[in-house]
Amino acid sequence: MKGLSEPIKRYDFDEKVEGRARYCSDVYLEGMLYARTLRSDRPRAKILEIAIPPLPDGYFIVDKDDIPGKNSVPIVYDDEPFLAREAVNYVGEPILLVVGPDKQTILDILAAIRVDYEDLEPVLTIEDALNCRENFIFQDRPHFVEYQYTKGDINGAIARASCWLEDVFRTGYQEHVALETQSVLAFLEEGRITVSGSMQCPYYLKDALVQALNWPEDRVRVVQLPTGGGFGSKEDYPSIVGVHAALAAVKSGRPVQLVLERGEDIRCTTKRHPSHVHIKSYLDHENNIRARDVEVLIDAGAYAGLSSVVLQRLIFSVCGVYRVENLRVHGRAMATNNVVCGAFRGFGGPQAFFAIEMHMENIAQKLGVDSLELKKDYFLRRGDTSSTGGLFQFEIVLPQIIEQIEEISGYSQKRKELSGGLGWRGIGCSVFFHGCGFTGKGEKDILKTRVRLVKRSASEIEIRVANTEIGQGAATTLCKIVARALEIPVEHVAYIYPDTDLCPDSGPTIASRTIMIIGKLLYDCALEMKEKWREESLEVARGYTYPANLSWDNARFIGNAYAEYSWGANVVEVEVDPLTLEINVLGVWAVYDIGTPIDERIVKGQIDGGLVQGLGYAGMELLQARQGRLQQENLANYIIPTFLDFPPIVSRLVENPYENGPFGARGLGEITLVGAAPALALAVQNAVGKPIRQLPVSPEYLMELMCDE
Amino acid sequence: MNRVQFVLNGSEVNLPVHPLKRLIDVLRDDLHITGAKEGCGEGECGACAVLVDGRLVNACLVPVGSICGYNVVTIEGFRQSSRFEILKDSFEQAGSVQCGFCTPAMILAAEALLSRNSHPSEEQIRQAMAGNLCRCTGYTMIVEAVQLASRKGAGLW
Repeated sequence: MKGLSEPIKRYDFDEKVEGRARYCSDVYLEGMLYARTLRSDRPRAKILEIAIPPLPDGYFIVDKDDIPGKNSVPIVYDDEPFLAREAVNYVGEPILLVVGPDKQTILDILAAIRVDYEDLEPVLTIEDALNCRENFIFQDRPHFVEYQYTKGDINGAIARASCWLEDVFRTGYQEHVALETQSVLAFLEEGRITVSGSMQCPYYLKDALVQALNWPEDRVRVVQLPTGGGFGSKEDYPSIVGVHAALAAVKSGRPVQLVLERGEDIRCTTKRHPSHVHIKSYLDHENNIRARDVEVLIDAGAYAGLSSVVLQRLIFSVCGVYRVENLRVHGRAMATNNVVCGAFRGFGGPQAFFAIEMHMENIAQKLGVDSLELKKDYFLRRGDTSSTGGLFQFEIVLPQIIEQIEEISGYSQKRKELSGGLGWRGIGCSVFFHGCGFTGKGEKDILKTRVRLVKRSASEIEIRVANTEIGQGAATTLCKIVARALEIPVEHVAYIYPDTDLCPDSGPTIASRTIMIIGKLLYDCALEMKEKWREESLEVARGYTYPANLSWDNARFIGNAYAEYSWGANVVEVEVDPLTLEINVLGVWAVYDIGTPIDERIVKGQIDGGLVQGLGYAGMELLQARQGRLQQENLANYIIPTFLDFPPIVSRLVENPYENGPFGARGLGEITLVGAAPALALAVQNAVGKPIRQLPVSPEYLMELMCDE
Repeated sequence: MNRVQFVLNGSEVNLPVHPLKRLIDVLRDDLHITGAKEGCGEGECGACAVLVDGRLVNACLVPVGSICGYNVVTIEGFRQSSRFEILKDSFEQAGSVQCGFCTPAMILAAEALLSRNSHPSEEQIRQAMAGNLCRCTGYTMIVEAVQLASRKGAGLW
């Protein structure tokens, strides 16, 4: 769209570049105390006794008995306590807080506290959980949730098949490493509690405070501060640290700041789920893929958290961008005494697309055909149905995406040249989608999304939403949408950091929903405001309505799992050092259909950042649990990409406006990550001539593969 | 307690603090100068980097007693310079800022590089700034900003 997509100065640019933005740990309030957390160092144990040394004046302990309301985090299942009850279920589980004026004294007190445990037999791996017959972590079963859906006549198709091909893929943890660790600040004011800090979802934290304090909603306020990165890490975890700080503020009567140290943040906050994906594809006599049977297992950790929703997205995505009429997909989120897994950019998508893309490659190799040509034969098209049977009602531009990626990367030509054997050089191409917004009818049934647009004067329009600016450019993008719809200068539109006293609950900042869903509601508000523009001041509000052309059966997983999708392809070219087996990435190319880009510079920032985070996941970011303990717990041994690791990314957009998005925009934030790992792994497979079956593709893993002659 | 004296952003600082206290804590807790951020506390991320006599150092690894008499510059001081204006403009044009937590130190890292090499190659920029982590941008848009500043700021560095 002419003019609209041209970049403008970021809304939050000046304060950030000048170092004036006040992140949570930059705030100092008069009389403020600090809090630190005593955490379990056992994967599974009963707490027998906690011996606390005499405390100096002005120091407090906050534990489970200081929780006046319900000691459980409100999320899908209320199984996780804010502070350990009588037992601990993972290393890093919070037990109590030490609160006081001097940080060093707090650390001295923490070091002097003795906890007596009675160790219990822990469940340490997915295999352990599968073998678990008693002493379950969760209720009466070894998993938190188990799902299955089918499509077509799976049993008939299997019976008629002439052969099958199968693969098992494994992926590891990934840690977000938002540069700002979890940080919150709580204070009391006229009988009300305010918690401010680093977060993606202010209303999740508000609900948690109401539940923990058992205070009425009007005594609870949550305010987001400038937030140093999220990537999913600040979806649900701020509910835990936010309640901790609030309990301490209520007990001490003073403001309390709680900022996690990096090591603590790595050890204790949520991670991307490790996965096992077993895919079996059934072929007929003409080598057509007729059916797929997929078994998915994820390590959810000790509490249910968001694992049910992550598993749903994983199993809805695991059949990829391919039309196969007969499907059975079964998945379980296993309970283990490992760190709790949760939301991470892509939300199940990266594991799913790694598995299906590698599997398609392996089928092509087996059949002796080019894998991209095989993939093209099965590309989803408008009028097809998704894995859950939802109709694809809009144009799917995969052919144009492939045409563009061929043009910029020269993929097919290079692939031909590189397929001559073990040249230690390879190229891979992944094709993928990301469903935008909440699963199924969640936007309507779970969220009850509301947004508000306020006109104070002709040049002062204020956006009131709970969706947070966490670096992704939401503030700028939403202001642009409103200004454009009102046909006024963007400088006349203001975005405020969400404050639950001022902003309606427009839902969490997750699921690539902020622009497509919230942006569209604001767009609709703006059109209404434009009609009433003669009124000097006014407010316009909008709620989400479930589109009439969609349907979703959440009990059977039938229908439109997502309202709409973004699409993409990535190409990665690598060389592998024959001696050290280190991977050197030579080129990265990416093409996406994210509908209309609202700001091309912000879009490019998301593409570059998401891809590099995804390439880190693919090849660098090794994080392993042994005996329930993460083996990497600082940035010296949990390695994320630096300036030196990847070349500049060449990217393009295929503009395919989505009729229900603001000016045609679709979701953007997550799809930038999901295709990176399969593209890199396919390139390595091409380079070394061995099937890659796990992430990250570390030199150690390659060594095992190469020795496996 | 010992007194520690150094120059911060052009003004003399003279404080009664333990000489082993980390510079980052002196800046943030004692002086409430918060432009240097703590991202890891162990010299891996570079978010707390400041200039000490023009060299980029991680303030979390520096005992304040070791910089007595030195010239310390944080973003609060540097943002008043004309070099900052060029870098600011370039960071905007190149889209180098997302969450902003690494940004003040990135700006100082760029200044440290350009002040000893006013026309660095892409490779030299990547090498020089590799001690500063950014999780949002994927780095290239920061590299482009430094290249842009190097062109626009001819004569300033």
